[in-house]
Amino acid sequence: MLFLILGFIIVRGIGVINWTFLTAMPKEGMTGGGIFPAIVGTFSLIIGSMLFAFPIGVLSGIYINEYLKESWFKSFIRMMTNNLAGVPSIVFGLFGMALFVNKLKFGDSILAGSLTLGLLALPVIIRTTEEALKSVDDSLRIGSYALGATKLQTIYKVVLPISFPNILTGLILSMGRVSGETAPILFTVAAYFLPKLPHSIFDQVMALPYHLYVLTTSGTNMEASRPMAYGTAFVLVAIVLMFNLIANALRRYFGKKVKMN
Amino acid sequence: METIYMSKVKKSKVEQNPKQEVSVSAKVAEAQNVNLFYGDFHALKNISFEATPNTVTALIGPSGCGKSTFLRLFNRMNDLIDGVSISGKILLNGENIYDRKTDVDNLRKRVGMVFQKPNPFPKSIYENVAYGLRVNGISDKNYISEKVRTSLVQAALWDEVKDNLKKSAFELSGGQQQRLCIARALAVEPELVLMDEPASALDPISTAKIEDLIYELKKTYAIIIVTHNMQQAGRVSDFTSFFYMGELIEHGSTKQIFTSPKDIKTQNYVTGRFG
Repeated sequence: MLFLILGFIIVRGIGVINWTFLTAMPKEGMTGGGIFPAIVGTFSLIIGSMLFAFPIGVLSGIYINEYLKESWFKSFIRMMTNNLAGVPSIVFGLFGMALFVNKLKFGDSILAGSLTLGLLALPVIIRTTEEALKSVDDSLRIGSYALGATKLQTIYKVVLPISFPNILTGLILSMGRVSGETAPILFTVAAYFLPKLPHSIFDQVMALPYHLYVLTTSGTNMEASRPMAYGTAFVLVAIVLMFNLIANALRRYFGKKVKMN
Repeated sequence: METIYMSKVKKSKVEQNPKQEVSVSAKVAEAQNVNLFYGDFHALKNISFEATPNTVTALIGPSGCGKSTFLRLFNRMNDLIDGVSISGKILLNGENIYDRKTDVDNLRKRVGMVFQKPNPFPKSIYENVAYGLRVNGISDKNYISEKVRTSLVQAALWDEVKDNLKKSAFELSGGQQQRLCIARALAVEPELVLMDEPASALDPISTAKIEDLIYELKKTYAIIIVTHNMQQAGRVSDFTSFFYMGELIEHGSTKQIFTSPKDIKTQNYVTGRFG
């Protein structure tokens, strides 16, 4: 099934891909030109959301796994994290619009969109961090304490280096997830048609998933923009796939390095 | 952990504490009327004990008798378990380590511990030994290198690893890993060394090496070792304490415990009638 979908997109999309498509502004009512601003937009959203979600997510994971004792409170936090991961992304979009766009007056901007996407990625990062830490053998923590290391030193010098590859993998997988989300950016950042690059985090941007949505549903000339849509889908899938491959490669690389170090 | 699996014992009359028959000048480690509870389970019952410099004291007894729990009192490892309460005094070179003012991290620098399963860190051999120094804020490179070398020499591992100090500790054999863990514990110059069945996961040859090592280390340190292996206790220790159901039944010179035990329970245990 996966290959069917991938094959379909590749066959229809690859013909459109060329240097101009990747680096030019869209023009002629989005039936020609390229998707450069959407690519830039998507990457700035990925980076923005991770700057926000990664530190908070990893710190939360450390707190939950290393500091919280088993209690109803810990199970409650776990349950809530899982629930958060299950909330439909459109709800995140609405929440982001209400809080970041309107209440905090960020407007439709990279900042608002990044924060919204960050919220979406947060539970995934927390859970993967927690799992990564949990897989570290307790005998290593005990051994570290027995040498007079403090809890913080033990986490920083023993636990984190071992679990780092898995935490990183979680991060990169969530980057892939974030890059493909449409609903959360719908009301918070995405521009329908904006053939220029953003100058600050308070600018709107185009983004690949939303651009794809626009091309397939509301272009000025649907038939003419269809190849552009397949091309966009191809680029989007390629980006997501790339993140997954990077995650894999990094995990292998660090998996070896941790042992050798 | 084994104490947790103990069955609940009726509070029988606590056996008369063994008379302290060993009188040596200084005491490195001492316990005075120590009681320990896991929740409401009485795991250690009114135990008094002492260990003197340059001696090896073996703690023996059947599984769940409290010997490992007792060992962990001396570097306060039991603090890491929820629901443990302790009364009585534990002294390290005359200082009550359960005093409110005691800095636990600092205490654990003063007491080295070797565990049942070798637990080297996923770092190089060098970094494993240097770890204890680094977390104690030592950064002088020359001092660390020298300390790593002497510790590895003391742990009888130097000749095997001196050309491969950068190699991962995981590439060593089980016996080598355990000696690395001993070197790691020695690097911080402990006042007392605790060993919790250090050879139980090792093959006979590695075990013999560890036992030789214990004999050597005795010249510098006071050692308390938990062991399930009666022959091992006989081979390596000067004094032996027999624990049974949370009580210290008998403490004396190893020779006396094995040849003329005073208590019938000790006799039954060392002759292999139970346990």
